[in-house]
Amino acid sequence: MNLLLLLKLTFKSILNRKFTSYLTLFSICISVFLLLGVDTVRKEAKHSFTNTISGTDLLVGARSGSVQLLLYSVFRIGNATNNIGWDSYQKISAHRSVAWSIPISLGDSHKGFRVMGTTEAYFKHYRFADEQALGFKAGKAFSAVYDTVIGAEVAEKLGYQLGDELTLAHGVYDTDFARHDDKPFVLTGILARTGTPVDRTIHISLQGIEALHIDWKTGTRSRETVSAQNALKLELQPTQITAFMLGLNSKMDIFRVQRAINSYKKEPMLAVLPGLALGELWQLIDVAEKALLVIAVFVLLNSFVGLLTVILTSLNERRREIAILRSLGCRPIQIFILLASESLLFAIVGCFLGALLFLIATVLSHSILQEYGLHIPLSSFGSEQLVLIAAVIGVSFLVGSIPGYRAYKQSLADGMSIKL
Amino acid sequence: MSTDTNTPLLSVENLRFRWPSGQRDVIEIPELSIQQGERVFIKGESGSGKTTLLSLLGGINLPDSGTIKLIGTDIAQLKQSHRDQFRADHIGFVFQLFNLIPYLSVLENITLACAFSKCRKAKALAKSGTLEDEAYRLLSHLQLQDRRLLAKPVSDLSVGQQQRVAAARALIGSPELIIADEPTSALDADTREHFLSLLLSECEYSGSSVLFVSHDPSLENSFDRSIYLSALNRAVVGLPADQQESAL
Repeated sequence: MNLLLLLKLTFKSILNRKFTSYLTLFSICISVFLLLGVDTVRKEAKHSFTNTISGTDLLVGARSGSVQLLLYSVFRIGNATNNIGWDSYQKISAHRSVAWSIPISLGDSHKGFRVMGTTEAYFKHYRFADEQALGFKAGKAFSAVYDTVIGAEVAEKLGYQLGDELTLAHGVYDTDFARHDDKPFVLTGILARTGTPVDRTIHISLQGIEALHIDWKTGTRSRETVSAQNALKLELQPTQITAFMLGLNSKMDIFRVQRAINSYKKEPMLAVLPGLALGELWQLIDVAEKALLVIAVFVLLNSFVGLLTVILTSLNERRREIAILRSLGCRPIQIFILLASESLLFAIVGCFLGALLFLIATVLSHSILQEYGLHIPLSSFGSEQLVLIAAVIGVSFLVGSIPGYRAYKQSLADGMSIKL
Repeated sequence: MSTDTNTPLLSVENLRFRWPSGQRDVIEIPELSIQQGERVFIKGESGSGKTTLLSLLGGINLPDSGTIKLIGTDIAQLKQSHRDQFRADHIGFVFQLFNLIPYLSVLENITLACAFSKCRKAKALAKSGTLEDEAYRLLSHLQLQDRRLLAKPVSDLSVGQQQRVAAARALIGSPELIIADEPTSALDADTREHFLSLLLSECEYSGSSVLFVSHDPSLENSFDRSIYLSALNRAVVGLPADQQESAL
């Protein structure tokens, strides 16, 4: 009963100092929101990052670094140092351990989005997240040479509909003189959103890539141009690709096949396990992500220092009040509780508001974050967030015990002899 | 607890006290006793150890030596938590100024005394049925008849009204002893007389003894007995005025 009385006193006392109380509450609310937000974004970023590719056992490209291979073949960041021969690809994909293979040919772009040449195997075997296959929002996979399938974000940003014509550009920068404007592509399919770089990719067939470059030599258009119609009549067999993905019959074979590729005599190639390469890449990003969390923790600590300042300042004004309470029979330990519960109350209400703000922001930003490839599920408020909040409340009790202890000592020393 | 009328309500023997940081004793009282229902005026200049004495009587501070017995109980022998409870149950305090908790209403301030003491709550309920009615009864005896006043924040009240609310809080649940520390010094002369007579008559009505401390000798006629603290407290004798002040 006495505890209830003390809580009531704390509550009324806080309400009596509305302005500073609201400010303090606001600062705690924002820091809790920030902490929850940063924690969730970094977890989801990692989640969505590792979700980019799944089900692929080996990633193969020209010999370079595993991170670089991953960056250009999966994330469409940067360029390959070298191509690999079509015959090498043919040979390896015919290996008895290989279940399926997806060739990738990169190098062109369209309005800032990368163009990727591949085969139907891509739509059949490529997996992301938890073994999820690619789905079509509209249309179907390419079948003709000048067909194209685009990712969800490309369709959204550029406002393309099925049947629209696209002019691709040579290289990753779209300039007037490097356009493949003689061979427009027709949009036949739009992929469903994946939250991965697939959303930002324009897919055409390997034959399409060949047709585009049939009259190009060493990066520029040659004098003798070949029309789109005439190109179809030529043999559009690729001679080079950028990289390929392999699915094996058995996971047991992964290292054996990897060794075979890495020691392939005719051409220097590199095979990496996507999971390991992702881990390696994440370690680079991890530092920034951890720094963000550290900042969020310091912002929270800062608002606790603010809270402490507010309570300690009020403590001096409340010496009289404490003397009155003592004269009424209030015990020193109750004085401690009275002051300590104040920061606890701030923390509990602040955490509640911060969590509420976080949930609202999650709902509101759901679609915005998706554009950046971040999947934040609405159920992201789980036990980990509760542990975080419990920690915040725990810290607030420690913080609150400082003015509590001071008031306790003061009430013993002052007795009733406070003069105003 | 003895109900024997020969046993004094409060008896003090060989009381000595110095503040932990102090150089010398600020209280040295060989003997002081107050009978049940007695109204005692203690006259003391500032710096004569008034507030310290009241802290000791209330059990907020402990004497270095000597005994303080209130209704037969040596309060120095009680455990600290029991001492606080004992104070809540048996003593009502009225201070000079700022007696009230600023963020509570008039009613909440008065009934706060009952929140810390079950036995005072029981006594208050026995008198009026509810705490609110008892608070109102006391306030109207102290000539604050407006019932709407109960819900008001205390900051809306004049100083004179605030002191009467403080008196009502000290009186609710009829504690055996009312200790008043210069409760009238912030009031003007007319209100002062009025407040004092209201306080004393209400104490008489509830059977509480009164220990009234003031530096104002004009009030002493209203009391059964008056004591000069400078005569009572040997520690003050011989102290130069400036050191008396710092001794507190």
